[in-house]
Amino acid sequence: MSSEDVYILGINMTKFGKHKELDTLDLACEATFAALADAGVTMKDMGVIAAGNLMGGAAPIAQLIQKQAGQTGIPAYNVSNACATGATALRVACMSVKAGESDFGLAVGVEKLAGAGLLAGGSRKDDGDSWKRSGRYGAVAPVDGRIGTETMPGVFAQIGMEYGNKYGGANFELFAQISEKNHGHSTLNPLAAYTKKMSLEEIMGDLMIAYPNTRPMCSANCDGAAAAVVVSASKLATLSLEQQRRAIKISASILTSDPFEEACQVLPNVNTLTRNAAKQAYEQAGVGPADLDLVELHDCFATAELVHYDNLMLCEEGGAVDFFKSGAPYRDGSTPVNVSGGLQSKGHPIAATGIANIWEVCHHLRGEAGPRQIEGAKVGLAHVIGLASACGVHILEKSAL
Amino acid sequence: MAEQIPFVEYLVLGDDPHLVAQECTSCGARFFDRRNACAGCSGTDFQEAAVATQGVVRSFTIVAFAAPGIPVPFVSAIVDCEGTSVRGNIVNTPADPENVKLGMPVRLTTFAIGSDSEGVEAINFGFEPAA
Repeated sequence: MSSEDVYILGINMTKFGKHKELDTLDLACEATFAALADAGVTMKDMGVIAAGNLMGGAAPIAQLIQKQAGQTGIPAYNVSNACATGATALRVACMSVKAGESDFGLAVGVEKLAGAGLLAGGSRKDDGDSWKRSGRYGAVAPVDGRIGTETMPGVFAQIGMEYGNKYGGANFELFAQISEKNHGHSTLNPLAAYTKKMSLEEIMGDLMIAYPNTRPMCSANCDGAAAAVVVSASKLATLSLEQQRRAIKISASILTSDPFEEACQVLPNVNTLTRNAAKQAYEQAGVGPADLDLVELHDCFATAELVHYDNLMLCEEGGAVDFFKSGAPYRDGSTPVNVSGGLQSKGHPIAATGIANIWEVCHHLRGEAGPRQIEGAKVGLAHVIGLASACGVHILEKSAL
Repeated sequence: MAEQIPFVEYLVLGDDPHLVAQECTSCGARFFDRRNACAGCSGTDFQEAAVATQGVVRSFTIVAFAAPGIPVPFVSAIVDCEGTSVRGNIVNTPADPENVKLGMPVRLTTFAIGSDSEGVEAINFGFEPAA
């Protein structure tokens, strides 16, 4: 028995930003009901739900959503994979459909993150009254700041600088130009947390967080949710022509973790697992990087976007700086990257991100992206990285109808 | 002289301060933390290996914004110590991009970070320019 193709039938992201009046469940339900309406189905049709919410800790977000949106007794999976949580939830729903266990699946990611500050290394225990060894390094006091940095802006700054060390050409100004591009793109996205164009001078002159990343070069903490309804190809064939026409084929759904390499436990290696995921995705979808009409990649920091041009093979190995300088990743370039504004400007409500980037690609493939529409888009790729690490890559294709 | 202890267990003090890695006897992978097994080959036999005290800066960042209580700015770096990657701060030079460069040669150095209520001094390591 051959496994089924899986399609996105409905998808939605809420406005990203500050939602003072809405709690986590309000946001999750808003995205869920909007995705169901977009799909033309209801909670009663769903055969599986997978959901993620990192800030809620061990709270079972999938069942909490069901308790507001519909308790139908279906299997509920609560997933957690750092910044790849949303992509993981989607992949769980896809696997259930692919395995023939469900006709329809629902994936939800939601986060309340406005004003959160530094997410890792944001607080540090005080030194004790006496030195006492603890932890895996047998440290007598907290190590953050004493043996390198644990903050995300610092870790990803090092990831970008490492690329510069290996291939040259990557400097503060270049990374700031990448950020300038994404902030420019966001002016066309009404759902982005920030929609203000920023000049290179403004970006470079802003508050330094971890050189070379200034504040606007870091992903924007914000509130938001995204949800997707997936369906099997055979079930889709029984639905209306309009549903079939707007359905987006998931040509590849890949999740990888980081294989062991020298140094990967000293500085996380976000490169190899992304490259592995991209290779598998291109093979599964039967497309190559040159076929992509748009890419939403995980620009959690400006320094990260550069390395992923290379990891996703949008350029030749070592050629990311030249790729950027050629204008290719701008919205009028040959491979538009992060036309949504990316995590730096659209925002990064962590668990929602891995579905929201798929919403962006679907929006263009359906021809519904309004003023920011990439004309004639037929194939797109969405990528996320969660440190630890997990990498999700999805390749999406416009319906043939 | 006050009693001195290393800040982390993988730092060896004395006349020739250096770092010591847990090296997998099967595949040679090196780690600085307490191990259950090797992430490279799942082997469970390790031997202690002295890490070179000279290296080059393979990557760095200058952290300007950190948790309360951490003095900023400071330089966090990944140093290639003759094939073994080490994370540490760059010290004894100003924390700015004019003084810290990719590919810069550095060497291990140690310094006191303070004494506890019993007068025991903790000694940490960092890397300083070696040019």
